[in-house]
Amino acid sequence: MKKKDKSLIFEMSVPGRKAVTLPDCDVPYTDISNLIPGKFIRETEAELPEVSEVDAVRHYTRLSQMNYGVDSGFYPLGSCTMKYNPKVNEDMANLDGFAKVHPYQPEETVQGCLELLYETDRMLSEITGMDRVSLQPAAGAHGEMTGLMIIKAYHENRGDFKRKKIIVPDSAHGTNPASAAITGFDVSEVKSDERGGVDIEALKSLMNDEVAGLMLTNPNTLGLFEENIVKIAEVVHAAGGLLYYDGANANAIVGISRPGDMGFDVVHLNLHKTFSTPHGGGGPGSGPVGVKKDLIPFLPEPVIEKNESGYYLDYNRPLSIGKVRSFYGNFGVVVKAYAYICSLGANGFKDVAQTSVLNANYIMHKLKEYYKLPYDRICMHEVVFSGQKQKDMGASTLDIAKRLLDYGYHPPTIYFPLIVKEALMIEPTETESKETLDEFIDAMIKISEEIKEEPEKVKGAPYTTSVLRLDEAKAARDPKLIHTQ
Amino acid sequence: MKTVEGLKYSKEHEWVKVDGNKAYIGITDHAQNSLGEIVFVELPETGAELNSGDVLGVVESVKAASDVYTPVSGVVAEVNEELEESPEKINEAPYESWIAVLELSDLSELDKLLDAGEYEKYCKEEA
Amino acid sequence: MSAYIPNTASQKHKMLSEIGVASVDDLFSDIPESVRLKRKLDLPEAKPEMELVRHMSQMARKNCNTDEYTCFLGAGAYDHYIPSVVRHIISRQEFYTAYTPYQPEISQGTLQAIFEYQTMICRLTGMDVSNASMYDGASALAEAASMACSVTRRKEVLIPECVHPEYREVLSTYARFAGYKVVVSSIKDGRTDINDIESKISDDTAAVIIQNPNFFGAIEDIEEMEEIAHKNKSLVIACCDPISLAILKSPGEAGADIAVGEGQSLGNPLSYGGPYLGFFAAKKELMRKMPGRIVGETVDREGKRGFVLTLQTREQHIRREKATSNICSNQSLNALSAAVYLTVMGKKGLKEVALLSAQKAHYAYEQLIKTGLFEPAFNMPFFREFVLRYKYDVAELNKKLIEKKIIGGYELGKTYPDLKDGWLLAVTEKRTREDIDRLVREVVSL
Repeated sequence: MKKKDKSLIFEMSVPGRKAVTLPDCDVPYTDISNLIPGKFIRETEAELPEVSEVDAVRHYTRLSQMNYGVDSGFYPLGSCTMKYNPKVNEDMANLDGFAKVHPYQPEETVQGCLELLYETDRMLSEITGMDRVSLQPAAGAHGEMTGLMIIKAYHENRGDFKRKKIIVPDSAHGTNPASAAITGFDVSEVKSDERGGVDIEALKSLMNDEVAGLMLTNPNTLGLFEENIVKIAEVVHAAGGLLYYDGANANAIVGISRPGDMGFDVVHLNLHKTFSTPHGGGGPGSGPVGVKKDLIPFLPEPVIEKNESGYYLDYNRPLSIGKVRSFYGNFGVVVKAYAYICSLGANGFKDVAQTSVLNANYIMHKLKEYYKLPYDRICMHEVVFSGQKQKDMGASTLDIAKRLLDYGYHPPTIYFPLIVKEALMIEPTETESKETLDEFIDAMIKISEEIKEEPEKVKGAPYTTSVLRLDEAKAARDPKLIHTQ
Repeated sequence: MKTVEGLKYSKEHEWVKVDGNKAYIGITDHAQNSLGEIVFVELPETGAELNSGDVLGVVESVKAASDVYTPVSGVVAEVNEELEESPEKINEAPYESWIAVLELSDLSELDKLLDAGEYEKYCKEEA
Repeated sequence: MSAYIPNTASQKHKMLSEIGVASVDDLFSDIPESVRLKRKLDLPEAKPEMELVRHMSQMARKNCNTDEYTCFLGAGAYDHYIPSVVRHIISRQEFYTAYTPYQPEISQGTLQAIFEYQTMICRLTGMDVSNASMYDGASALAEAASMACSVTRRKEVLIPECVHPEYREVLSTYARFAGYKVVVSSIKDGRTDINDIESKISDDTAAVIIQNPNFFGAIEDIEEMEEIAHKNKSLVIACCDPISLAILKSPGEAGADIAVGEGQSLGNPLSYGGPYLGFFAAKKELMRKMPGRIVGETVDREGKRGFVLTLQTREQHIRREKATSNICSNQSLNALSAAVYLTVMGKKGLKEVALLSAQKAHYAYEQLIKTGLFEPAFNMPFFREFVLRYKYDVAELNKKLIEKKIIGGYELGKTYPDLKDGWLLAVTEKRTREDIDRLVREVVSL
């Protein structure tokens, strides 16, 4: 019989054990029942863990060892820009003058924080070609939501209440339609043409005076630049709509081309992608939103302004959409992005874009004889293959991804975008060396050979991880979301 | 893919079994096959009045959720609560695992549906 | 060339020739000439690490920090002690440089930690299910209101004025665009006026929201509210302080349907307002309507226990415009901080933190009243935060305290015109008796 798994923190608890000793109470002690009426007091104690400090440290260290981060190895997860997260940025965010500052401190005691936010706004505006940036949204999806609210508020302020529709391409991230829906828009999908871009004729036929705007990722989720972007902007603007830039793929164009110059009116960026802040296992991120001049009045409040006596928070913004989050956003994340921008400087961004695009094209070139390339043209910072050939031989894209785990890699994004069957979306980023790319390419080739020879082996992968393939159907059918004794 | 003679089929891959003025509605073998392992079924409320084309319920696998549309109009007379506990029944026996029973309000709607042969042909063309 | 780009010029050259293009510019030929940036970005020149550290340290020094200043400010963000272990754990690269755990076989660390976090949140709140966390307390509350509207198919939420002003503002923003109405009810003696709730609740009310302790620090009667709400088939959303839950009646015990709140005080630094985390927990019946990521337990091919993201059909990447929310991340690292904090504080420690804070807050309250410069604003039980009315100008008082290296309370006049002499003070377990006595001395000497 197998040894019973007792690896949850709750299963390690021993009554009476503790990890922290708090100081004795140094003020006169009054029994809690004399401070707070009994009917407001908890009936049963919250069963939190009872472990020692060393138990806790070993537990979480063991958990960390079952994880894979960018520092562990290559992480070519398409659309997520898993670049290296510079260590010094972490140190900067942990400085007492940033980490130990209360959000409601008087403005004169937080001039450094306000300066940092103000300067980040200015620098991101320059990078995107926009006029003003709000750092309040906490993530990319939150930025989308904020940007769409701004678009709606702008139209309504013009007295135009009939624009209830947002257009998204069929290759869009799922967040685009979801963000449009929660901000009260109806969603129409525009199809892609045979080169992978927006089908201009289809777009024209969708445009009318009910369309509030078009959301576009550029380069799009196929890793392809919208060649017709100028025309697209014309079509949308001519019908009175606004153009929204989803910054998920901004890494390909920083320092080379700016959404503002392409005709976009609203932009969101992901600081956790393009600006190197770590993903934290799924957050915290930060999704700043930039706008053109006419839309500035609608930005979330407060906006950071500057006058002769210093920086201040401006709440006097009658047309603002309001607040989308408490305080001023994920400040600690913004500190890291600010440090990154300062490290790269005026010339660094172009190098980032060029190298990320070069790395992706290198992978595309080396792998296209092994994997089907649905759009055979120069790509930007990521390349989308299809595992269709391998699927026909008996191993799916999921199997390829799982087999990569045995080779020590984080797999690419799979089954996205939806318009490519068996999609494998590879984004190497600029922070990977040629040697790393070559090794990864070799592993991908080896897997394609394994599929020819023994597909069963690939289908059984992974073999080397802390757990093997997990039963996701069981998890969903009979949800067990918390531990019960 | 399997079909059963005597049932009516919709192009959205639902089947209808008529019993007097009652109709049992479920999803076809083809539909369950393309969804994969079904993990959850959202049932309608009894007494709900539905027009043909309205959402009758939702069938979910791990990575997909598919609305089930009623191909006929009527009032929901009964729902198959067994599917709440054992959604996998739809995978195992799609033509026995009805989702709901409707009391039909317009029998002529049945004429617009396909028979087994027509449905099979339709699926082949769709692929 | 940036230090973060390893490929050398000669390697890049080699790669270009393998691809078969002459220069890197050829890779950008899809970008129309007219939209290319033909100048350098107008940014400062690159700073080497040494200069960067000097520059940013100078910037950080322009701020007053809570190590050098004694903080009595709360109002939604609290200066509780963070055990050293927390920072060490969350600084492990395997946690902080990983992405969303989409590949469960190499993400068991994050997944199990979140599963444990969900369990701890449920045990604290008395709820059945929890998600993996949301952006912050305010957006978690707004998401709860949206969920209540969708579950009840009603279009209105009722919220008393003593809920955090920023939370009400975020809620109004979400509601305005999602198309539901926010009805604000009044306050009586620093707490929700239950009569006003009764008069404003209607067939349209999807949920009644209550914050406990409320923005003024006062303890609310959730049960009283619960009765009225449930009689009306409205849901009850309790927005709670997690530290207080070690001693206060949990939302579950009080009959709430959804519990949300700001999780910052569980091991997350103040960090000028973020990143924090919003916790979100609910009764089992609402499980499939919850927003955000959720981790569930399952087994692997060999029957070994493991964890995966589950119930994903609720989410945007599958359901697109029909998703329960557009959120596609969580504040994972902050949730990890909360889990580590709750682990090391543990069952006894969290209660001690809560009790110490309450004792010290009550001591501060009494000492300040004794000065004769203040009057209690309300006559209500409180936990670690309370409102005093000051005889003179509150802003002036705070300004002078800063000179004495004390960060004073929140000036309520900013958001409550009727309370322009109101001073909201928070006292955590970090404040010593000497800190409090010094505050009292300085206040008297001004």
